[in-house]
Amino acid sequence: MLSLVLVLLLFSSIAYYVGRRRAFSAAGGQIRQLHSLPGYNGLYVALWCGLPALLVLLAWLSLEGAIIDNLVVAALPRDIIEQGAERVTLVLNEIQNVVSGTIYGEPDATVLAAAEHYRQLKSISHGALIGLTLVLPLAAGAYALRKINPRFEARNAVEGVITGLLLTSSTIAVLTTVGIVLSVLFESLRFFQSVPITEFLFGLEWSPQTAIREDQVGSSGAFGAVPLFAGTMLIALIAMLVAVPIGLMSAIYLSEYANVRFRAVAKPLLEILAGVPTVVYGFFAALTVAPFIRDAGGLLGLDVASESALAAGLVMGIMIIPFVSSLSDDVINAVPQAMRDGSYGIGATRSETIKRVIIPAALPGIVGGILLAVSRAIGETMIVVMAAGLAANLTANPLEAVTTVTVQIVTLLVGDQEFDSPKTLAAFALGLVLFVVTLFLNVIALYIVRKYREQYE
Amino acid sequence: MYESEAKLAEPNATMRSGVGNVRATVPREHRQTVGNTRVDNPRIRCNKLNVYYGDTHAIHDINLDVGNNEILALIGPSGCGKTTFLRCMNRMNDTIPGCRVEGEIIVDKQNVNSPEVDVVPLRARMGMVFQKPNPFPKSIYENVAFGPRIHGLTANKAELDEVVETSLVKAGLWDEVKERLDQPGTGLSGGQQQRLCIARAIAVQPEVILMDEPCSALDPIATAVIENLMVELRQNFTICIVTHSMQQAARVSNRTAFFHLGDLIEVGETNELFIRPGHQLTEDYITGRFG
Ligand SMILES: Nc1ncnc2c1ncn2[C@@H]1O[C@H](COP(=O)(O)OP(=O)(O)OP(=O)(O)O)[C@@H](O)[C@H]1O
Ligand SMILES: [Mg+2]
Repeated sequence: MLSLVLVLLLFSSIAYYVGRRRAFSAAGGQIRQLHSLPGYNGLYVALWCGLPALLVLLAWLSLEGAIIDNLVVAALPRDIIEQGAERVTLVLNEIQNVVSGTIYGEPDATVLAAAEHYRQLKSISHGALIGLTLVLPLAAGAYALRKINPRFEARNAVEGVITGLLLTSSTIAVLTTVGIVLSVLFESLRFFQSVPITEFLFGLEWSPQTAIREDQVGSSGAFGAVPLFAGTMLIALIAMLVAVPIGLMSAIYLSEYANVRFRAVAKPLLEILAGVPTVVYGFFAALTVAPFIRDAGGLLGLDVASESALAAGLVMGIMIIPFVSSLSDDVINAVPQAMRDGSYGIGATRSETIKRVIIPAALPGIVGGILLAVSRAIGETMIVVMAAGLAANLTANPLEAVTTVTVQIVTLLVGDQEFDSPKTLAAFALGLVLFVVTLFLNVIALYIVRKYREQYE
Repeated sequence: MYESEAKLAEPNATMRSGVGNVRATVPREHRQTVGNTRVDNPRIRCNKLNVYYGDTHAIHDINLDVGNNEILALIGPSGCGKTTFLRCMNRMNDTIPGCRVEGEIIVDKQNVNSPEVDVVPLRARMGMVFQKPNPFPKSIYENVAFGPRIHGLTANKAELDEVVETSLVKAGLWDEVKERLDQPGTGLSGGQQQRLCIARAIAVQPEVILMDEPCSALDPIATAVIENLMVELRQNFTICIVTHSMQQAARVSNRTAFFHLGDLIEVGETNELFIRPGHQLTEDYITGRFG
């Protein structure tokens, strides 16, 4: 396959040169006579040469398997087909195993014959494909070459193709998002058929262990997600209490006080925090911070759970510091120097200038940055999986163990599950809530940030 | 020092050679100032002032006095260092990274260009109106009230209201904005913003006002208002004004200083300087032959 693509590339580059030469000679060496530069004419021919063949190649490869399977199945003896779809699938599997040579034991004669048939079809398909990738580019290239003349608008055509390419890429991204959202939405709707949405959103008890077998005991299953929401908020709140002051103040220091050299060193160092993998933060929280907090609490005579919300929140806050600080730093730096000059020129001190001019001017941007950070904190998974625990306590006490939406999604989906049990489907419902909340936060944040940008333009 | 200066100036001179023959023939070493740079009992006295932006020598060895109760006009072609000179006096050049100011600026027998001097009270005494209007993204009211607030000049809201109103009236903006004091200052037109910045500067009643082309975006009527304001303020204060308008300099100023490529070429009584310029460059500039 790779060699076919390489051949196509080779063809296209040849086509590019041929097209360019052709444009040159069509203009009689006078480039100004051409509507489009020779390079565009070359690209036009190259695109015609390469693109259709590439598309055919891709389509072929994606459909080949299914078509061959169908043909082989259709040629199987009647009695196998009459035994039903499952048997046919089994036989087809066996045939494919024979073809790829990973068969154990003696397959019977029909299977061997079918495998031979399969091989034949496959080699026909390959031959045809190779033929096509050789003929199609030449034909399409020749067609494009014939269109070249000085008045031909090759540039517009090429730019049209490029626009199309960009559009396709963005469409893929958008469609993927839509697909994810829809799948989460549909699975959630299935969940809400077995558990009412009001119970899910407002119920105070969360214990998703439903019975796998009928005779199992002690598995009622309760899907009230409020303790999860509360736990998520508690941890996010602790995280923001750490991240916002530290991040904001370090941003102010870096952009208003620090000299150039310190800034050049400190800023990248701060941003390294954002590069630490979250799993590392996770075990830092679980193995270092949590025991420390428990011991410290013990000294003070407090009863601290070994997996406290405090530990997870603190570490998550540290993780989010660079988020807050670098976004705030950006908006503070975007405040024009003229604002500072105006304030200093009246005799304001540096801190007055920061307090009364810079922060108010940058505030919308800072708020936007903080909201983005909150949505990050809510969606963060690894740290809380490792450090926050599984107990769905409904509490506001940061020293107790709580659990979060993300943690529960992970635990619901890990391990062997029936895919359509309410327990698994609950994960989708939780995911949907998470998605809606973070989307909402991001939209508000982006709106605020954009509004703020317009202010100085 | 002259050696390095000449070296630095060399590419400059060739670069400008196409612009006009006056610029091309300028000798690039320091030029002696024509006219009397000194006054009796000066408000500000600059001695051997040099300013560098990194390696660029923007102002060369300037000696200049600004008298009490006078309006000093700074004129000269674009890029000659008027703004740079003006910003030395309230140490605003401190905020520009890589900018170095050498020499003395004596105010009240104290050299304010020394690192020990606290710039905050200095700047409060020397109000500045910047070349580009820079209102804060706050309401019109808050823009003007900014200075009085941070310096605690008013005891209560009524006094503050009064300061805001008189400042806006003096800047000739009151009638246009009195209905919408709570709207953002950034929403005003360019000329209105310029007057807002003037109102903001005079609201703290500075002793010296440094104005950098305060009328560049104003119509003749608003310009006349500002010029009257300057003449009025002169009774008690000292004003330095940068202007590109010869007429304005002639109308309002007592003394005029002509800058050219970082040198102070000539300074003198405004009447004298405009009628009998003592330097060829000055004459060429004020008669509009270049600049
Ligand atoms: N921040 C800066 N960094 C580097 N060089 C500067 C800076 N500000 C000014 N200069 C240079 O210093 C010289 C004097 O500039 P200045 O702004 O004082 O001129 P000006 O006389 O005010 O001009 P204009 O009439 O156009 O406002 C110019 O050559 C300019 O390029
Ligand atoms: Mg200037």
